[in-house]
Amino acid sequence: MILKLIWRNLWRNSRRTLITVASIAFAVLFAILMKSFQNGVFKNLIKNVVGYYSGYVQIHQKGYWDEQVLDNSFVVESSLIPQLQQNANIKVIVPRLETFVLASKGNTSKGCLLVGTDPVNENKLTHLKDKLIKGSYFENNEEAVLLAEGMAKRLEVSVNDTIVLFGQGFHGVMAAGKYKIKGIIHLAAPAMNDSFVYLPLGATQYFLGAENRLTSISLGIDDSKNTNAIAKKVKSRIGQKYEVMPWQELMPEISNHIKADSFSFYVFSGILYIIIGFGLFGTVLMMTAERKYEFGMLIAIGMKKSKLELVLLGETLFITLFGVILGIVLSLPLVIYLKENPIRFGGQMAKAYEQFGFEALFPTDFDPNIFITQSLIVLAMAVLIGLYPLWHVSGLDPVKTMKK
Amino acid sequence: MRETVIDAHNLSKIYDEKTIPVYALNKVHLHISRGEFTAIKGPSGSGKTTLLNMIGGLDIPSEGFVEINGTNITNLKGNELIDFRLNNIGFVFQSYNLIPVLTAKENIEFIMLLQKRPKKETDQRVLELLKQIGLEDKVNKRPRELSGGQQQRVAVARALAPKPQFILADEPTANLDSVSAEKLLDMMLKLNQEENMTFVFSTHDERVINRARRVITLEDGKIVSDTAPTPVTQEQTETK
Repeated sequence: MILKLIWRNLWRNSRRTLITVASIAFAVLFAILMKSFQNGVFKNLIKNVVGYYSGYVQIHQKGYWDEQVLDNSFVVESSLIPQLQQNANIKVIVPRLETFVLASKGNTSKGCLLVGTDPVNENKLTHLKDKLIKGSYFENNEEAVLLAEGMAKRLEVSVNDTIVLFGQGFHGVMAAGKYKIKGIIHLAAPAMNDSFVYLPLGATQYFLGAENRLTSISLGIDDSKNTNAIAKKVKSRIGQKYEVMPWQELMPEISNHIKADSFSFYVFSGILYIIIGFGLFGTVLMMTAERKYEFGMLIAIGMKKSKLELVLLGETLFITLFGVILGIVLSLPLVIYLKENPIRFGGQMAKAYEQFGFEALFPTDFDPNIFITQSLIVLAMAVLIGLYPLWHVSGLDPVKTMKK
Repeated sequence: MRETVIDAHNLSKIYDEKTIPVYALNKVHLHISRGEFTAIKGPSGSGKTTLLNMIGGLDIPSEGFVEINGTNITNLKGNELIDFRLNNIGFVFQSYNLIPVLTAKENIEFIMLLQKRPKKETDQRVLELLKQIGLEDKVNKRPRELSGGQQQRVAVARALAPKPQFILADEPTANLDSVSAEKLLDMMLKLNQEENMTFVFSTHDERVINRARRVITLEDGKIVSDTAPTPVTQEQTETK
């Protein structure tokens, strides 16, 4: 009978019930879409930034990040790479030896960042091969470089030309070598495009007199949300000798941007929920006020207040539940569609994004947690609002209420 | 000697006690026995409804107490009092007060479901009552589909459903046309005679007063006259 009463009371004023259900559904829809977009864009941003060079997690010799010199490089212990490979969440391991050297052609010399890397794994992490605009991709055991486009322009060189690299090697030894340019790559970030030179790891270690040494190991992982957990696990596994840094520590400006943007989401969704909360409260208030006499009569004839409160709470919960379910049903296909077919900006906007190394792509993130969280927030709000009629009934005096 | 159902002792209800006391009821003594058909009359503000509310356990007296079948209901609180009302007192209000979203049948069975009576017993009782009030064909009609008189008959059936000690009816005919009012009174008198059900009305309505066997007159919160119960006459049972 209680359920029957709840159900029929909901349809006493069907238009009002439907409007309330619709407003809750739209709130849930907007909140889910907003959060899915935000997570999707952040994931894409992280993928872009992290996948461009740094990786999700980096391992260095302790102290390297503060003083990035070759003397702070480390010898790769035989157990280190197998230990990392045992972690199923780590998908790519890229060993690197990086230092600043001079690159020369004829009378022109320019400073550059020499990146000694494993070409195969580098490509898996940063898709370096896709950035090739001239020549061909380099291979392990080759003594050939990939030159960033801006750098090539500054040195006025092209594919098959030879450049000279010289600088300071490990423990201050003089490093000098001649290398053929195998390919020219385009890096979207101008600072990188003007200064990067890639050389296979073995050749770099030989050039710098740093046999078997690395400055960093960059890790590609299965899901960005596991970054901190993986960093923690790796840290505990490989010991105190190394510093293990997640991308948030490597690029605090990006991490702060995400935090600031997340905060703005909470503000927007908070405002949205306050508006919807007032809408729902208005409905509950009206439902309570217009049935005051009836409540008094029900208590007078012998209905316990707790039973009446159950009916009223049930009505609020049912309305909210319908709204939430409708909101999920509406948002589910939209989120999935926009994940598979993300919004892509073109023209100047796309160029502006690409200049900073980002794709001008706005995908959604399909995460069941978003649906669950947003639904629970709305339900919690409904329970809170549903307390009002309960409070009203608990203090209700049937004689006063039934006085007309 | 007839069994006393309602025993009100020295009942007073005082408003604005701190400033100038206004007596809605002033030291009222009242005894109503099983099977009585009593009307309480009096001008507006005489204290009829206040007295009815106190007998029904809806209002608390400032002084005195009410005993229903030997239970002092003035001492009952909260759910205990609600349960007492549910199981012992039937209410009929002036403006029908049926639950608008339930059908006639559901309105009657609602009160029995609150009592947690077995379904079989409930169904049987509801059908029996619908027959008694002559609305077997309106079982599935909602209140808005019934006339005022029909709604009030359903309200009486609802009040009777839990087999209460007595029925309190606050101006039950006030909103009814004369034909409907007479039909309702006929039905209540029949129930009074056949089931020995006790009825207490507050009313202005001469039709009710004329057919009551005991008439209590209230003025300024005091009983100014109380005609002794009389046997039912042929005239009282017949529809006028």
